[in-house]
Amino acid sequence: MKTPFKLPSAARVRRFAADNVVVLIFLSVTAIAVPSSNLSASYIIQDLLTRYGRNAFLVFSLLLPIMAGMGINFGMVLGAMAGEIGLIFAVDQGIAGVQGLLYAVLVGAPIAVLLGWIAGQVLNRARGREMVTGYILGFFMDGVYQFVVLYLMGAIIPITSKAITLSRGYGIRNTLGLDSVRQSLDKLLKLELGPFDLPMATYLVIALLALFIVWFRRTKLGQDMRAIGQDQTVSHSAGIPVERTRILAIVISTLLAMVGQIIFLQNMGNMATYNAHRQTGFFAAAAILVGGASVAKATIPNVLVGVGLLHLMYIVVPPAGARLFGSAQIGEYFRDAMSYAVIALALALHAWRKRANAESARAGLRGAASGAVQPAKTEGGAE
Amino acid sequence: MNKLKTAVADFGWPRIIIFFFVVALFVAAPLVGVRVDGALSDVLSRFGQNGILVLALVPMVQAGAGLNFGLPVGIIAGLLGGTLSMQFGLSGWAGFLGAVGISLPFAVLFGWAYGLLLNKVKGEEMTIAMYVGFSMVTFFAILWLLLPYSSPNMVWGYSGTGLRTTITLDGYWTKILNDFLAIRIGRFFVFPTGLLAFFAAATGTMWLFLRSKTGTAMTAVGSNPDFARAGGVSSDRMRLVSVVVSTVFGAVGILVYQQSYGFIQLYQAPLYMAFPAVAAILLGGASVNKASMVNVLVGTFLFQAILTMTPNVINSVLQTDMSEVIRIVISNGMIIYALTRKTKVSK
Amino acid sequence: MPDDTPLLSLEGITKDFYGTTVLRDVTFALKRGEILGLVGENGAGKTTLMRILFGMPVIAETGGFGGTVRIDGQPVSFRNPFDALDAGIGMVHQEFSLIPGFTTTENIMLNREPSRRNVAVDLFGPRMATLDRPAMTTRATKAIERLGVELDPDMLVSEMPVGHKQFTEIAREIDRENVKLLVLDEPTAVLAESEAEILLDSLRRLAAQGISIIFISHRLHEITAVADRVVVLRDGQLVKDTSAKGVEVREIAAWMVGREVDANARVRSDRKYGGPALEVERLWVDMPGETVRDVSFSVREGEIFGIGGLAGQGKLGIPNGIMGLFAAGGTVRLHGKHVELDAPRAALDAGMAFVSEDRRGVGLLLDESLDWNIAFTAMQVKGSYLKRWLGGLFSLRDEKAMRALAEQYIEQLEIKCTGHRQKAKELSGGNQQKICLAKAFALEPNLLFVSEPTRGIDVGAKKLVLDKLRHYNRDEGTTIVMVSSELEELRAICDRVAIVDEGRIAGILPPDAPLADFGLLMAGERAAEASA
Repeated sequence: MKTPFKLPSAARVRRFAADNVVVLIFLSVTAIAVPSSNLSASYIIQDLLTRYGRNAFLVFSLLLPIMAGMGINFGMVLGAMAGEIGLIFAVDQGIAGVQGLLYAVLVGAPIAVLLGWIAGQVLNRARGREMVTGYILGFFMDGVYQFVVLYLMGAIIPITSKAITLSRGYGIRNTLGLDSVRQSLDKLLKLELGPFDLPMATYLVIALLALFIVWFRRTKLGQDMRAIGQDQTVSHSAGIPVERTRILAIVISTLLAMVGQIIFLQNMGNMATYNAHRQTGFFAAAAILVGGASVAKATIPNVLVGVGLLHLMYIVVPPAGARLFGSAQIGEYFRDAMSYAVIALALALHAWRKRANAESARAGLRGAASGAVQPAKTEGGAE
Repeated sequence: MNKLKTAVADFGWPRIIIFFFVVALFVAAPLVGVRVDGALSDVLSRFGQNGILVLALVPMVQAGAGLNFGLPVGIIAGLLGGTLSMQFGLSGWAGFLGAVGISLPFAVLFGWAYGLLLNKVKGEEMTIAMYVGFSMVTFFAILWLLLPYSSPNMVWGYSGTGLRTTITLDGYWTKILNDFLAIRIGRFFVFPTGLLAFFAAATGTMWLFLRSKTGTAMTAVGSNPDFARAGGVSSDRMRLVSVVVSTVFGAVGILVYQQSYGFIQLYQAPLYMAFPAVAAILLGGASVNKASMVNVLVGTFLFQAILTMTPNVINSVLQTDMSEVIRIVISNGMIIYALTRKTKVSK
Repeated sequence: MPDDTPLLSLEGITKDFYGTTVLRDVTFALKRGEILGLVGENGAGKTTLMRILFGMPVIAETGGFGGTVRIDGQPVSFRNPFDALDAGIGMVHQEFSLIPGFTTTENIMLNREPSRRNVAVDLFGPRMATLDRPAMTTRATKAIERLGVELDPDMLVSEMPVGHKQFTEIAREIDRENVKLLVLDEPTAVLAESEAEILLDSLRRLAAQGISIIFISHRLHEITAVADRVVVLRDGQLVKDTSAKGVEVREIAAWMVGREVDANARVRSDRKYGGPALEVERLWVDMPGETVRDVSFSVREGEIFGIGGLAGQGKLGIPNGIMGLFAAGGTVRLHGKHVELDAPRAALDAGMAFVSEDRRGVGLLLDESLDWNIAFTAMQVKGSYLKRWLGGLFSLRDEKAMRALAEQYIEQLEIKCTGHRQKAKELSGGNQQKICLAKAFALEPNLLFVSEPTRGIDVGAKKLVLDKLRHYNRDEGTTIVMVSSELEELRAICDRVAIVDEGRIAGILPPDAPLADFGLLMAGERAAEASA
């Protein structure tokens, strides 16, 4: 793809600003907060490096549904739940280290595929409002997850370890210690670079995922997803199986979210059994949008920039709030408010721009050639 | 038979199942030693407590702006009214009515701005509304800390600034509506006359509003925006009106809720308040683009009956507290059901 | 000499929709490398015929068709368009079906991309194969070359001029190796004159390569320019199948519209008109698919003014633009007073009313009751059917008055329904149309636009609707502008008939003008300039 023409520089700057307003707002807030936070550069960088390893994989799981025109897959929390179930079994079986993580992935995979398939079916029935439906679906499945983990595990689903079971004999404890697998991936290939610890194995996994996505875009399936993302009707009439492809996009996204959540939790080292997934979708969505993605277009750089920016803000704003307002609490509310507002703003800008584009496209037709959309449907049918 | 079938299909199996579930709860209650009159009393007071928040969803649904997941915008206006009224030292009826009065201008202002935004994003209202609500709540969490509130009953004792997470309304207007002309029957049953009368008045107001020229135009916009436009009605304006009315009812709704609950809850508390209201109205038979007073009344009653009865009855039966799971699955299941139904407006 | 079996032959094709015959015993054949010009008015059966050829599911769902379709002499029956594609039939639609963010190449190769196998294919199936981009470009370029046009294979569709989109679409069809027959439905409708010329050249070139072409166009001069043979359909019957050699545009126009019985059209000498009621100058309307480019006309007080023309030419855009439903520009005056455009309310306030052609989309509140449908506009515009309370402080719907109004029209227009509370969607098409009329009448307009008033309704309702219009014109003095695809209907009821072609008025004729004159105007021959 090439740029067809060059805009004059002032207009170019304006257009760049309009396209990246979300990023710019975020950047300026963070730029103010960094010096006020009084944190050392090396602390910030180390924290960022850790958070990259912890979060990037999860954010990548949003790419494919966006490509397939389904917006931000808030239903990715279903994948996170599958990952958590995998980890529960890994801990219960006492499988430690990277093997434990692999075991969790193996257990989580079929669950993620099933949940992804269900989510895909549901979203296919909610065309045009996939995002809100995905969001509520996350809530709904949270209930089902609670039912399974709190009531069935240890009662119907065999759980051997007493240590992770509630004292009443069934149900998993509120906090699950992940000591057996704690940071096993991060520590697998640890690189000490000056004052910094780099979890190279985790980065390697993320890099492989990025490569996978680059490759996937070049496959037939990837091309079909791009086509569907732009026009379902045309794709359908060209013979592309629209519904199936959309379901596949969600299944893959759910699978990736499952792996992503396992990577996230191995870094954290323990798991709030019933809460760990609640904010997953929110953080991932905020990150990708902060990175300059829209509901219809997201790239790998969007993910990388977004994770960096969002987490930079999460690191520096609370201490900055403490210093500026005497309350770290204010900083914490502020970063949440910013993240929510960024999601709202990015979604609103996209919806607004879509309408503006449609209108300007029509304006181009005025007085010129017509779109010639004939009411041919009624001709043979009704007369 | 066919008619019955279409009626059932129209109403939807999930609603019918839930309806029978509620009936079963009431039938089972005495068998497991739960007092029906006490339970009924609870249900009634929660019905009045939550009703206006559910009612607030009606105008936007009718105007085609979808389910108002941004209800917290109105709730924030109500919280401002409530806290300011306390700050000014108003109590009793003056306090409650003062809270309502103070919250109204905020609600109109917020609703107007929120409505302008929603008009720009037609087709994506619900997701954006949700996040507008979230960011509003968190943004105000900062303000609750920063605004110069000083009444000792409201601010943190040790620092003297910043509102508390939960502020008791004791000594101000706790249960002022609930207790107004309340009728006590036996030991366990109280009929909250004032509360229900207020709810009835609010419902009546909404009913009248929908029958006015503006309300009629609004309904037409939701039913078929092109028809309304051809009839000289500006759909943007009608949607804006609907958002403002919804926000105002949200503000009043939370004040009624709080006086019954006895506390003002601040900070993150309003974050998810839209969801139970949305679930309730859908449970009552509303769809994403049609809602009536009957939907509100039936839905709120059923939903609150489930919330009240399940902990008691199910726990006694299963010896375990599954009510939370049941609440999550039913309320969100109901919303998903409504979102995935083919939109009924025939075109 | 190659064999003489025609590539395509249609034998006795008959089709009816719910008892209405839309195609009757249509038989013709098409030789290899031949260009066949298919001509007919709206509703003549062209679209249905093409749907049958392509095996569109809608045909089977409505009871199939009679007759036989043969390809290379073998009877075929396609279950869906993909079967037709496999058999080598390509279709270029009126609407672009292109992916905007894809390049020319990606669109030409859409869902037929050449790809390379890899390990993932064995594991997860053929969709995991990677696209072979160089091969895609080569094939796309080859298809473009066959057309003989210049197209950048790497340009995004969204950045293309319209003409290029059309060529991309054609290139997509001829990329199929086995393509033998290409159907083009009004391919020049969106093109400028010069682009259309290039397209016709491409068609000749394709035909020379042995591809047969069915070319549907209302621009009859294009038909005479490019077609080897002309087939004319009228009212579902084939009325002419002749070599295009030496055929005049005027002849085709006459075949297209000519009807034997023509009793209704007559000039009414007793008609008296007042001064100008509606004056329209240089009107443009941006209505998708019905663009009005530059239209001026004036309607006299007390007149019934007809606007006809083929679908997509812009006749529907005129009332929709004047009533403010689509972006419009130009000058409109009603009784000398300027009417604001882009403002439905202003048009209504000025005393105009509109019965939309889009009954279900614009005309009705399908989910609401009949009294709502009839009274709504009058309530909003004139404040009728409201009851005022507390000295006018607020007003509520006057359901009693609404009911009375609804019942009045139910009786007057013989609307078949269970009562004024019935939902509009439950009525039949004809009765829905009557509701739309009632809604307009309730406004007591001094100028009434009716758009396609008889489309899709049965004969009895048709007559009643037209009688009521005539009645309102004669007895209430309402000036009426009637837009219709049915030429006969226009000639039967109107005092003058304007024909719109390509967004402009091709001419205005008295209703008793020769049919061929109407046909010529529709075919884009602007010869008979304002003979009225």
